[in-house]
Amino acid sequence: MAAGTFAEAGADLELVGITKRFPGFTAIEDLDLTIPAGSFFALLGPSGCGKTTTLRLVAGLEQPTAGRILIGGKDVTNVKPFKRPVNTVFQSYALFPHMTVLENVAFGLRRRRIGDPLGKAHEALRLVELDHLASRKPQQLSGGQQQRVALARAVVNRPALLLLDEPLGALDLKLRRQMQLELKTIQNEVGLTFLHVTHDQEEAMTMADTVAVMNRGEIEQMGAPEELYELPKTAFVANFLGQSNLFTGTVTSSSGATIVVEVAGVKLEVPKERAQRHAGEVTIGVRPEKLLLHTTAPKKAAGLNILGPGRVTDVSFSGVSTQYQVVIPGVGPVSVFAQNMVFGPVVNEGAEVWVTWTVDHGFGLLDEPEPGPKFASDTDTRTIAVQTRDELLAEIEEA
Amino acid sequence: MAFAAFGSSAAPVEQAPRKKSWIAWVLLAPGLAYLALFFLTPFVSLILTSLQAPVEFGDVGQYQTAFKIENYATVIEQYWPHFLRAFGYALVATFFALVISYPLAYFIGVTARKWPLLQALMLTLVIAPFFISFLLRTLAWKQLMSDDTPLVHALKALSILPPDGHLTGTAFSVIFGLTYNFIPFMTLPIYTNLERLDTRYLEAGADLYAKPSTTFWKVTVPLSMPGIVSGTLLTFIPASGDFINASSTFLGSAQTQMVGNAIEANFLNLLNYPAASAMSVILMALILVIVGIYVKRSGTEDLL
Repeated sequence: MAAGTFAEAGADLELVGITKRFPGFTAIEDLDLTIPAGSFFALLGPSGCGKTTTLRLVAGLEQPTAGRILIGGKDVTNVKPFKRPVNTVFQSYALFPHMTVLENVAFGLRRRRIGDPLGKAHEALRLVELDHLASRKPQQLSGGQQQRVALARAVVNRPALLLLDEPLGALDLKLRRQMQLELKTIQNEVGLTFLHVTHDQEEAMTMADTVAVMNRGEIEQMGAPEELYELPKTAFVANFLGQSNLFTGTVTSSSGATIVVEVAGVKLEVPKERAQRHAGEVTIGVRPEKLLLHTTAPKKAAGLNILGPGRVTDVSFSGVSTQYQVVIPGVGPVSVFAQNMVFGPVVNEGAEVWVTWTVDHGFGLLDEPEPGPKFASDTDTRTIAVQTRDELLAEIEEA
Repeated sequence: MAFAAFGSSAAPVEQAPRKKSWIAWVLLAPGLAYLALFFLTPFVSLILTSLQAPVEFGDVGQYQTAFKIENYATVIEQYWPHFLRAFGYALVATFFALVISYPLAYFIGVTARKWPLLQALMLTLVIAPFFISFLLRTLAWKQLMSDDTPLVHALKALSILPPDGHLTGTAFSVIFGLTYNFIPFMTLPIYTNLERLDTRYLEAGADLYAKPSTTFWKVTVPLSMPGIVSGTLLTFIPASGDFINASSTFLGSAQTQMVGNAIEANFLNLLNYPAASAMSVILMALILVIVGIYVKRSGTEDLL
């Protein structure tokens, strides 16, 4: 970027066949990714999946083992970080402790000899509502305030590409929402390209136009948040983005618009266009909030999948909804989210229930059904992260 | 205060309600007693001696209590070149020690982080000279630099040194000796500081369009300022009072005498105790003033 000028618009980011190996393990394997200019792109994945490495490669803080990086069509693979039109909001903030907040924010502007660095720094600090603390040192600020300074320090440079490494991790819920909105506003106003790395699926879904779910150095699935949520292609995505009930069975017929999968003797239908594979052993799934609980056996109807009877083993009330765990013999535990339309839970623990869902809500996954436990009912991101890490460690040891 | 430069860089911790403050005093007592006995008493005695006057018709070295403030004027008049040389040599030696030590400390503390074995080895090499007596090492340098050695012949052959030139007994050899002897004192504080340097700040600098050289001057150097200040003080203060390197028996000659040599000569040879004491007091006062200004100017108070 020429000295003294700001980027006028966001730039495309293109990663071509990027591979990054560290001694002993491969962080990223042959990654191809294109982020169009002006978009808000989230890279979502558990820790150790290679997302931060990807970010550091784009910033120029690491060199790829193979592949090319293009920003705005220009190959920057061998360009030094200080010459790239990119700024990063670091996870550790990395605010210079010997400078005031104001000098921290003005640092990049001064290096590029942009006129009125202090005025612009004040402006950026006003944007994050910290102008009144401009003369403080970073250590005198709270974690959340430091994070906002880090954000201001990056945004003030108007980079063509802004990289965010878990930028909202240390904020409390309220401030987090506020900053999410602010980030989105900044992005809309200045039209820059944002690449946001996070393990928080909610953050990724609420903020990004496009989300790429990353696992073990590869992108499992990419698309608009709704699309990813409604139609996950792999078990990892189905469980990492929200929760899913997954069932494995054999396809018995695939005539018409649906495939029929036999799970524990029950025939379940999934629309063909929502299923990745149409024959053999397949895993199908449905989101817990798409399920309906019935206390009496529901009538068989076209376009309706029925499982049951099963027993409610756990009821947890979470305000907006109630989560039920239902154990269905031969199928295993199934979670159901029910809106609290009446006061308190509708059924109690131990009740005999049936669950139903509209055929249109089901989805079929691409993965080969895995041996061992078929239904990962523990779907929170932390568990998956730990699991992935253990697997990675095992892999490293084998290698 | 200047001595705070050697203190920890931790921010003041909030005090817990002090209930048993006497424990602190009991623990402090040995230290305070030591200071009173071995610092305060000699210091008072030194000031008193510096004001003494010779006993009338007495022997050489006989003095009586007086208030002879002229002693100070006399020594300044007589020995001002020694003071000038002391601070001049110490300043130059400190500068060279810093220039040599900083890259060394940076290499050990930052670059060699990936190789702990190399780091440990290099640290040992920095400290290794301490295993041999300071005097022996300085004498060894005298041997190496004296006339009729390969080094001097080589320098003469290259016309760096004139045919009748010497290395020993010159300002060069004294400054060389001071620099050499104080390098570990400079390297170690800077190393301890750089060893904790968070390289993520350097990445942030690069990310914010700063060239590596700019990042070095704007980020690394300010962050390592406490180490630089400690190192330069640990070098400058003892170097300005040094009387080994500049003495004629070691690397110096009559023309390179520093104030330390003058004090030594007055105390031990001339038996002029008041003059020696007055010079000691002046040296101490000057060092305090210089160091005070330095610490204030280097802006490290809030990093201390």
